[in-house]
Amino acid sequence: MKQSRLYTVSIHSFFWLFTLASLLPFLFIFIISISSESSINAKGYSFFPSGISFAAYKFLFYDFTEILKAYGVTIFCTILGVILCLFITTLLAYPLSRMELPFRSSISFYIFFTMLFSGGMVPWYLTFTNIIPLKNTLLAMVIPGMLLSAFNVLLMRSFFMNSIPDSVVESAAIDGATEFKIFYKIIIPLSLPIIATIGLFSTLGFWNDWYNCMLFIDNPDLYNIQYLMTKSLTNIQFLLMKSNQSNQVGDILATMPTETVRMALAIIGLAPLLFAYPFFQKYYISGITTGAVKG
Amino acid sequence: MKATKIASIPIADHKIQPASRTQRPFLRKLNKYKWLLIMTLPGIIYLFINNYIPMYGIILAFKNYNYVDGIWGSPWAGFDNFKFLFQSPDAYIITRNTVLYNVAFISINLVLSLLVALLMNEIKDKVISRFYQSTFLLPHIISMVIVAYLVYSFLNVENGLVNRLLALFHIDPIAWYSNPDYWPYILIIVNAWKGVGYSAIIYFAAIIGIDKEYYEAATIDGASKWKQMTRITLPLIAPVITTLTLLAVSGILRSDFGLFYQVPMNSGALLPTTNTIDTFVYRAMIQLGDIGMSSAAGVYQSAVCFVLILGANLAVRKINKQNSLF
Repeated sequence: MKQSRLYTVSIHSFFWLFTLASLLPFLFIFIISISSESSINAKGYSFFPSGISFAAYKFLFYDFTEILKAYGVTIFCTILGVILCLFITTLLAYPLSRMELPFRSSISFYIFFTMLFSGGMVPWYLTFTNIIPLKNTLLAMVIPGMLLSAFNVLLMRSFFMNSIPDSVVESAAIDGATEFKIFYKIIIPLSLPIIATIGLFSTLGFWNDWYNCMLFIDNPDLYNIQYLMTKSLTNIQFLLMKSNQSNQVGDILATMPTETVRMALAIIGLAPLLFAYPFFQKYYISGITTGAVKG
Repeated sequence: MKATKIASIPIADHKIQPASRTQRPFLRKLNKYKWLLIMTLPGIIYLFINNYIPMYGIILAFKNYNYVDGIWGSPWAGFDNFKFLFQSPDAYIITRNTVLYNVAFISINLVLSLLVALLMNEIKDKVISRFYQSTFLLPHIISMVIVAYLVYSFLNVENGLVNRLLALFHIDPIAWYSNPDYWPYILIIVNAWKGVGYSAIIYFAAIIGIDKEYYEAATIDGASKWKQMTRITLPLIAPVITTLTLLAVSGILRSDFGLFYQVPMNSGALLPTTNTIDTFVYRAMIQLGDIGMSSAAGVYQSAVCFVLILGANLAVRKINKQNSLF
């Protein structure tokens, strides 16, 4: 059937509007970050600044240690967190995919129940500050709440059940392979797609985290990049006060292009994700859709 | 009667013997699967610490917590924390905000994302459709901190785009970050901007799963596009819609902490319309140090959500067993 031209055009214009709405805000903060100060004084934040200036970036790169430190924290926590998350999730999901496992339904319920009920944030916070003292440690941005999601376990379990035939495991067992050997020689290589998907979800989770940092970290040296940005949004001077080894803070403050520095910081904080996005978007989309099919 | 009684004796006799034997096969089974069971331990221990200990911590809501005596030693307070919470005006405001925002978010996002998904199905070019999908998803993968920056670039009083545009029409600048009246609209827009792409892709995936033959048959019968959408597509993805909506509804007392904390930039003046149960719990705990009342609010939230999810699931089971969550 031939679609009318008007129909096609209107659908595409609808989608172009949506696309612009999704992308323009990012372009906007980038333009602000390279606007000249005089342009901002005259026209405010504008898509069409009257002058271009990289002063904000020069300013940030002049003393880059704070940002680098925050990135270091984020990268360390992301790598450690993702490895631990994948390790725990796979180890828990695989045995549950074996129907004959003793206590299988009890363990499944134990996991599932955490999706239905929670003790709330206060006892959770006290658990990780009083019982397990993680406050002001890097592990506080890795362990609490972020290592295992019941949903991921169920997702992975159903992948194991649907995509790996029982006969594979059975024949390996007949050949005398131990359960661990079956797990890492057969199951892991066959499950790379789901492992990659959950690894990607968890990478984004750790990379974007500021909540744990806000709750558990008081020491500015341990702030991750997201929380550094949070602090700087309300108070851009924060970036300076943190590194006030010099006693010319007043001087620097006077010359700082406040408005543009803020947006430049946002761009620096966003850049890795934006550059990586074209490469992982395909896997991310297929990840959410496989998750959704399961419900 | 007699016959069954006689017959039952040997059966009962029979039962005793295997019973003593089943002990050993069970142990043997346990032994056979011990490595698999050991593999589950890290996860089980993690959930125990991260989820089950805090569940036990609910007793905090019934205690008069002080740091010296700790969780165990603090004196009991009965329902005083709850009484205190529900007598304060906050309880009503945070409940109202959380529920109303969720109602708005759920309905608006549902309509928008279904619309996007249905129209996306009309795009035959795979490459272009891919491109749209990945751009719509971009807002979803960024952190709320970045969202707060984006919103700030629009709403900053002096330089923000919105106020500058208003100035073109000789409208006085609006102090967005100190006037709570606008925030319901702002937060609804921000939430839709961030979330519609994500749910649209889920619905779209469900739509592509539909057998093409239905549409071919409908086209032969002369059904219009509109008819095809409402009579084929929507009914066939109804289970997905029900499941996702149900999950959202059962979380009606939960809120996205980042959206309500970061985007309004933690502005005190905006609290009447931006304070939700989650931000309230955080502020009561961290800023006021009121452990008793904040955990009471947390228990209130968890308990209601628990009842709602069980209820919602029961309701769906009654209507259509296949659609139920568990």
